[in-house]
Amino acid sequence: MSLSPTGALRHSGSLFAMALDVVRALPRRPFQAREFIQQAWFVASVTILPTALVSIPFGAVIALQIGSLTRQLGAQSFAGAASVLAVLREASPIVTALLIAGAGGTAICADLGARRIRDEIDAMQVLGIDPIHRLVVPRVLASMVVAVLLNGLVSVVGVAGGYFFNVILQNGTPGAYLASFTTLAQLSDLWAAELKALVFGAISAIVASYKGLTAKGGPKGVGDAVNQSVVITFMLLFVTNFVMTAVYFQVVPQRG
Amino acid sequence: MGVEICVEGLTKSFGHQVIWQDVSLTLPAGEVSVMLGPSGTGKSVFLKTLVGLLRPDRGSVTVAGRDITRLREHELYEVRKLFGVLFQDGALFGSMNLYDNIAFPLREHTRKPEGEIRRIVLEKMDMVGLIGAEGKLPGEISGGMRKRAGLARALVLDPEIILFDEPDSGLDPVRVAYLNQLIVDLNAQIDATFLIVTHDIASARQVPDNIGLLFRRELVMFGPREQLLTSEEPVVRQFLNGRMQGPIGMAEEKDAAQVEQELAQLGEHHGSGEHTGTPGSQDLPPRLLPGPGITRPPRWQAIARREAEPRRREVTGA
Repeated sequence: MSLSPTGALRHSGSLFAMALDVVRALPRRPFQAREFIQQAWFVASVTILPTALVSIPFGAVIALQIGSLTRQLGAQSFAGAASVLAVLREASPIVTALLIAGAGGTAICADLGARRIRDEIDAMQVLGIDPIHRLVVPRVLASMVVAVLLNGLVSVVGVAGGYFFNVILQNGTPGAYLASFTTLAQLSDLWAAELKALVFGAISAIVASYKGLTAKGGPKGVGDAVNQSVVITFMLLFVTNFVMTAVYFQVVPQRG
Repeated sequence: MGVEICVEGLTKSFGHQVIWQDVSLTLPAGEVSVMLGPSGTGKSVFLKTLVGLLRPDRGSVTVAGRDITRLREHELYEVRKLFGVLFQDGALFGSMNLYDNIAFPLREHTRKPEGEIRRIVLEKMDMVGLIGAEGKLPGEISGGMRKRAGLARALVLDPEIILFDEPDSGLDPVRVAYLNQLIVDLNAQIDATFLIVTHDIASARQVPDNIGLLFRRELVMFGPREQLLTSEEPVVRQFLNGRMQGPIGMAEEKDAAQVEQELAQLGEHHGSGEHTGTPGSQDLPPRLLPGPGITRPPRWQAIARREAEPRRREVTGA
C-alpha cells in the first residue's frame, strides 16, 4: 500500500468506482439467487453467535451505567426509557457494524483475495463473467440483509439484557422499567437503526470485496488486504454513523 | 476455423517500469504459436493484455475485427467468449468439484439442459483424460490434473482462440510430453488459434508453427519455427540452446559493458569452434504430430508431409 497522497486518493476513487459498479450491476439479470442465499447463510452463520454473545454484556453495561446515572440524578423512573433509547439508537447499529465488518467482511475479503491470487478472478473474467455481478453483488446484498436482521437481534437481546440487569440485579421496578419504554424512544428510532445497519452492511461488504479483489502479492497480500479492509471499514462506519445520526436528529422530531 | 490475432505497436508499463514496448505480430488463424522469453520478461502480462485483463499504454490488439484495447467493459465480456485461457495453475474454482468447474461456463452462458451439459462436460473431460475424477475438488488433485481440468474448462465453450500460460511449469518431463501431445491433438481436432507462453525450450522446438521471443522489453523475433530455430541472432540462439554465454544474464538488467563482454566471450567460443559439439540449432528437431487416433485436417496433413520429406532427402543425400 502506497502512502503517497495520490495513492490514497486513487484507492478512494477506485473504491467509489467499484461501489458505483455494484449499484449498476444490481438490477442486471440473471440475479445470482443461489450465490446470494449461500452468502447470506454464510455471513449469518459466522455472525449470529458472536453478535448474541457481544450484545448481552453490551446491554448489561448500558443498563449498569444508566441505572447508576438515573439513581444519581434521581430519575429512576426513566431507567428503562434511557436504556432502550441507548440500545436501540446507538448500541445495536454499532455492535452490528463491528460484527458484520469483523466477522462477515473479513471472511468475504479473505475468500475473494484467495480467489484473486489463485487467478480464479481472472479466469472468471476470461470466461466472460463479470465478478462484480457474479460475486460482489450477492455478497453485498447478503451482508445488507444479514445486517438488518442482526440489528433486530441485537436490539432484542440488548433490551432483554438491560431489563435483566436493571430489574433482577439492581433491584429496579419491573413495572416502571417497562412502562417507561416508550416515553423517549419511538418507532422511527428503530427504522433509523435498521437503515443504519443496512448502510453498514453495504459498506463493509463493498470495502471487503474491493480489498479482496485488488489483493496482490501472494498469501501475504491477502492477509494485508483483510487487515486493511477491517481498518478502512471501521473508519468509514464510524464516520457514516456520525453523519447519519446528525441527519436523523435534524429530520425526525424528538419526543419530550 | 480459428481467428487471427493482430497485435500492433503494443506497449505496456507499470509505473516507470516498461514491461515491453512496440510489440507487433500476427498470430495466424488456426496455427500454434509459442511465445518464449526468460523469466520476468512479461510473458504473462502479454497474455493478459491479449484478453483485455490489462490495458496497454499504446497499441492495438485486433481480434475478429475488434480492437480489444478500446472495447468497453461489457463488449469485452462478449469478445472474451472467443477465448479459452489455461492459467498457470489451472485457476480452478476451489469451492467446486471438477465437474462443476468445467460445467461452470456452460451454466453461466447457455440455457442448455443439464443432460446436454453433462454430455459436453464428459466429452471434454475425456479429451483431456480426466474421466473418473469428476467429483474431486481442485485441492485434492495433482498439478498436472489441475492443468488438464483448466484446459477442459477453457475448451467447453468451443473457443476460437486458446491461450496457454506456461502449461509446462511445475510438471515432470513425462507429463510435459503428454501435455504437448494433447495440445497438438487438440489443435488438429478443434482448429482453434493457439498461443503458448512458456520458457520450456523442448516444447518450443517440437510443438509450434511459429515462435516469438520476448527479451529486454521487446519482441526480438517472431516468425515460423524453422526461421527461429536456424536463426543466427545471438539472443535467439542463446535462449533456444539454453546456454549461459550470450546477452541474457542471470539478472534481467545488465549494463552495456557487461553485454559487450558477454558478446565478445560468445565470439571467442564461436572462434574456437566449440558450438559444433553442442546440439546445434541448425538441425531442426522433428515436429510433434497429432496422435494416431486423430483424424488430421488438411493443414496437419501438409505439415506431416513436409516433416517426412527433408528427412528422406537427408537419408538419400548421405
